[in-house]
Amino acid sequence: MKALLAQTRSELMLSLRNGEQLLVNIAIPLLLLVFFSAVKVLPIPAGVDKRVDFLAPGIIALAVMSNAMVALAIGTGFERHYKVLKRLGATPLGRGRWVLAKIGMVKILLIVQIALIVVAALALGWNPGGTPLLAIPAVVLGAFAFGGIGLLMAGTLRGTVTLALANGLYLLLLLLGGMIIPFSEMPGFFGTIGKVLPSGALSQVLQSCLRSGADPAGSAWVVLGVWAVLAPLAAVKFFRWE
Amino acid sequence: MVSSASQPAIEVSDLTVRYGDRVAVNGLSFRAMPGQITALLGPNGAGKTSTVETLEGYRRPTAGSVRVLGLDPVAEHRQLVARIGVMLQSGGVATGMRPAEALHLSASYYDNPIDPDELLDLVGLADHRSSTWRSMSGGEQQRLSLALALVGRPDVAFLDEPTAGIDPSGRQLIRRIIAELRDRGVAVLLTTHDLEEAEKLADHVVIIDHGVVLADGTPTELMRASQGDDVRFGAPSGLDVSSLGERIGAVVTEASPGEYVVASAATPLMVAAITAWLAEMDLPLADLRAGRQRLEDVFLRLTADADAKAPEPTPSRRRRSRR
Repeated sequence: MKALLAQTRSELMLSLRNGEQLLVNIAIPLLLLVFFSAVKVLPIPAGVDKRVDFLAPGIIALAVMSNAMVALAIGTGFERHYKVLKRLGATPLGRGRWVLAKIGMVKILLIVQIALIVVAALALGWNPGGTPLLAIPAVVLGAFAFGGIGLLMAGTLRGTVTLALANGLYLLLLLLGGMIIPFSEMPGFFGTIGKVLPSGALSQVLQSCLRSGADPAGSAWVVLGVWAVLAPLAAVKFFRWE
Repeated sequence: MVSSASQPAIEVSDLTVRYGDRVAVNGLSFRAMPGQITALLGPNGAGKTSTVETLEGYRRPTAGSVRVLGLDPVAEHRQLVARIGVMLQSGGVATGMRPAEALHLSASYYDNPIDPDELLDLVGLADHRSSTWRSMSGGEQQRLSLALALVGRPDVAFLDEPTAGIDPSGRQLIRRIIAELRDRGVAVLLTTHDLEEAEKLADHVVIIDHGVVLADGTPTELMRASQGDDVRFGAPSGLDVSSLGERIGAVVTEASPGEYVVASAATPLMVAAITAWLAEMDLPLADLRAGRQRLEDVFLRLTADADAKAPEPTPSRRRRSRR
């Protein structure tokens, strides 16, 4: 227990000390939320009162992806590159506690990120609707889906390739995932792809939990659940420690 | 704590490690005892890394077996890692970590660790509290890596090139710490290219190449066993060896640049003749060894013999890609 707590604290401290991680985890989501709530350039779905009512759930989905996929993949990829994981393999920490510490770090960062986004969104006049409590399991499933993808990249690719791919995937999943651009504005083909992506599934689910009048998200829950199971399984199967 | 001193801490029996068709380790056997520094010497690609990584449980033997403290490094990995310390040749620490943080974190993995602050002092990093791994010099990183390997009070320490790229004072410090480990009964397995280091530090030397043991014994034994009927001396390279040979009446060869071998017994007369010729030519004499060779001579001769015997080109000569 002592080792797990110390490892979690260390992981958290390293990610808070890392400027790029703070940028992707906190600054970019908040910037997008404030900017696109204030500047009327992005379309919003028909029947939505305020821009922030649509943007807040999407930005929470983005924060989950930034943290569990991008920051986790890049951080872990470089730890593998610099043989941190190799050295840990010869200590009593063990892989189980290492994974638990990573999960703990992502969880605590998620709480901080979401708290900041909720405060900012409320200040911008957000009026959450739907069944907000359901957003909690949605965020957890999303974190497992994105965390699985992040560790799969970090555990199979070189550090620099992971860096490039995580950033590329971030942009693609952001644009196609209905997080800031509604599916209703995309050509049917893009929308179809977007809805089977983990980002699309999570943003649809969060819209349904946090915005009254949003489409019900039955199939999106299924898609999200499948990603949340398959991605971590693939990471466990293919991860190479050195 | 350390098991009975007569039991080997490391036992490698007929170890073979194969990567696909390539044989990295080919029926290797040796032992390392508690309270001794064992140096595993060999050129690049000799099979050192594969052997050590098998002992640390990173890979399984293709054939043969290894035991560390009587444990199977893969099957009994959990028991083993509590009792070993591993110093990697490079890396191993997150780049944003500070020395004290890294040591306190590693200390938390063990039941009875050394006080991290004491250890930081011991490796001379107590005043590096605010620098991160990324901003530390190579020597500082090496000293921290050594401290990380020792924080759990290991019974066996695996040290990979512990003084590579370190300034002389840092090297002295690391050698002193390693010698103290031995005195406390730890079995130290040192992998190194640095023959001088092995000669100075090791109680037991295992020279390997092409995945097999070429020599195994104390440095003194190895140097005595290979004692030849010759005189060796160091002088500026490119001397006219035939002129010297005629003068002293023995065959002289330049074994490596600046390193000469005279094929003759080391009689006082012979030594006097060599030095007289050098004096006439006004040439400095770097050193002169009559009969007794340095470990480097033994090493170079053994590995050159092994190369001559090995079928060329041998796949195992290629440096193995590590990832």
